[in-house]
Amino acid sequence: MNTNEQTYLCYHRRHLLGIEGLTPEEITILLNRSETHVQQNRQANKKKSVLNGRTIINLFFEDSTRTRTSFELAGKRLGGDVINMSVSTSSVKKGETLIDTAMTLNAMHPDVLVVRHPQSGAVSLLSEKVNCAVINGGDGAHEHPTQALLDALTIRRRLGHLSGLVIAICGDVLHSRVARSNIHLLNTMGARVRLIAPVTLIPSGIEHLGVEVFHNMDEGLKDVDIVMMLRLQRERMQGNFFPSIREYFNFFGLDEAKLANAKDNALIMHPGPMNRGVEIDSDLADDFGRSVIREQVEMGVAVRMACLEILTENLDQSEGSNL
Amino acid sequence: MATTNNSTLHTLYINARLIDPATGRDEIGGILCDGKVISDIGPHLNDGKPRANSQIINCKGHCLVPGLVDMRAHLGEPGEEHKETLETAGRSAVAGGVTTIVCLPNTEPAIDDMSVLEFVARRARKLGLSKVYPYGAVSKKLEGKEIAELGMLSEAGAVAFTDGFKTISDIQLMLRALSYAKTFDLLIVQHPENCGLSKNGVMNSGETATRLGLGGIPRYAEIIMVERDIRLVEMSGGKIHFAHLSTSDAIDCVRKAKARGLPVTCDTAPPYFALNELAVGDYRTFAKLSPPLRKEEDRQAVIEGLKDGTIDVIASDHTPQDEESKRLPFSEAAAGGVGLETLLPITLELYHNGHMKLIEALNLITHRPAQLLGLKAGKLEIGRRADITILDPERGWKVEDKTLKSKSKNSPFDGRPVQGCAIQTIVDGRLVFQAEG
Repeated sequence: MNTNEQTYLCYHRRHLLGIEGLTPEEITILLNRSETHVQQNRQANKKKSVLNGRTIINLFFEDSTRTRTSFELAGKRLGGDVINMSVSTSSVKKGETLIDTAMTLNAMHPDVLVVRHPQSGAVSLLSEKVNCAVINGGDGAHEHPTQALLDALTIRRRLGHLSGLVIAICGDVLHSRVARSNIHLLNTMGARVRLIAPVTLIPSGIEHLGVEVFHNMDEGLKDVDIVMMLRLQRERMQGNFFPSIREYFNFFGLDEAKLANAKDNALIMHPGPMNRGVEIDSDLADDFGRSVIREQVEMGVAVRMACLEILTENLDQSEGSNL
Repeated sequence: MATTNNSTLHTLYINARLIDPATGRDEIGGILCDGKVISDIGPHLNDGKPRANSQIINCKGHCLVPGLVDMRAHLGEPGEEHKETLETAGRSAVAGGVTTIVCLPNTEPAIDDMSVLEFVARRARKLGLSKVYPYGAVSKKLEGKEIAELGMLSEAGAVAFTDGFKTISDIQLMLRALSYAKTFDLLIVQHPENCGLSKNGVMNSGETATRLGLGGIPRYAEIIMVERDIRLVEMSGGKIHFAHLSTSDAIDCVRKAKARGLPVTCDTAPPYFALNELAVGDYRTFAKLSPPLRKEEDRQAVIEGLKDGTIDVIASDHTPQDEESKRLPFSEAAAGGVGLETLLPITLELYHNGHMKLIEALNLITHRPAQLLGLKAGKLEIGRRADITILDPERGWKVEDKTLKSKSKNSPFDGRPVQGCAIQTIVDGRLVFQAEG
């Protein structure tokens, strides 16, 4: 276990704010640790006690069910105390600023803050004002690191590796933090990333992030190993990015015919929640042979357990050094 | 006048490097101030003879230049006194060597009416720091709907007309404003930004914005508005000045319009030739400006525009924002940076980096803006008011919270080591700022 101990020490960061800038080793460490929790989560007794005495606050400035539940479960399974705060409904409405909220919570001595915020950069701003570890649970259109990690874990478990794979990310890239985190992670791990979307949903300059851009599903899906569909974030769209759902599904929705361009055993992924019949055909979403959408949800809990565990280990060290 | 002989202050400044961009003068000499006005100037004043009951100030070889003229600053009063007042802005200005400020009408209430204009002018006169000349609003309440009383505002002292940091978007209104302004030979100043294109954007569109997940403002928002307004100038016969150009193509449009003899001028602000979009870095809200910081190629094009004279003026674009407006997620933070105290050193970077001569750099912040707006300022001339700055173009300092006099500290140059500062600032013959050390 000695070698393992050493690799564990390699994720030295205080926070997990994004995938951009992480090294392949750091990503591997997070994935390896996640792997250990997958088995544990399938047992009857899922509970561990490594986070005993630790307080985790889920601070969500934006509605979320899955991510919040996933973090909550992850924290509880490790024995921590988890508190959920939906700020959109409380103090922000009373005029409190993000930084005031951060300072208030900080005074209660949480160990980990999991933060989701509708504005890009808000989580890193908040992280500068608190003493605890911060996990980015999604900020604006910037990053959603645990989603990218769970996607990578899902792929790695199915196909054994990430490097050399060709992955198509399809749909609303413009508004997607999931796409950005995945682009960074997959590129860092040596996979090749394609983006497929109408021109209106491709943010300018994205090709500089090391991706190939396609505007045609048949061409973009040619021989890919993974098809990653994104949710159309209609709640974030200001103005018309495409004329109708019918037209969008016709050209960019995933169906059997378009999928036929991909490799025979290509996997279908979706970060959820799905808009059936908008970006993905309902039958494909439920095709257990190819769709790994439910597995992604399962991996989510394991990944979040690993992140909570590693970040609190880092806290242990800094607390130890203070003594 | 009741004030005679001994109360009239005579001051003789000697051992100065006199630099007057208006006349091309660059020589060692002195200047004699008789009360509020300049009464003599030249190398002969360096002869060591004392002039009648005058106090002598030895400039020790430092540059003596016309007080800086800043043709674009937002001063906050009335309405936003928590960000800046005329007094704090005045102290900031004189610390930066600026003796004349032209202020934007984006106050609350707006400067769209003679009474507000006179309030600002009177308050500033009473303070006796930098001289303040207001712009008048083009549209009533800056709403972009109806033309304000341009003629009467002009008689009351408005030096030109603009809706400040709001674009005059409505094409019919802009055409009418240009035509109507021609009646009185007035200048319209535009913040060129197509709001349809810039909507939801918070920084320059492109790789950095995409990486940070921030909404982009395309360069075309500026280019299209400049192109449109040049056509309207052609159509109306009016004259226009574009504020703070930031893109190579917009500068090129102005270059071509000038070549065609159209009455089109423009300025830029220090951030646009000293910084690029990378300054936004990890969501630095102090680098959130309007227009946004652009790509490196655009920054270089701005320098080219300054060198070849396409860009007439450098203005500070001083926009004070308090902490509460800046300590927010990037998208929610207010745009703009303070600039009165960095106008001089950042402009001097053009000289230090070998892009132009010292006198040429100074021209852009003294004589040119005064000439463009018809102000009696920016020139060392016998009989003129003694608005003078003595500066050391080499002295190094660092832009920091504690060095800035402005009430707000939101400088995009925060932390930057710079060269060049005012040693003494003189307004109407009175010393209003003296640097420490």
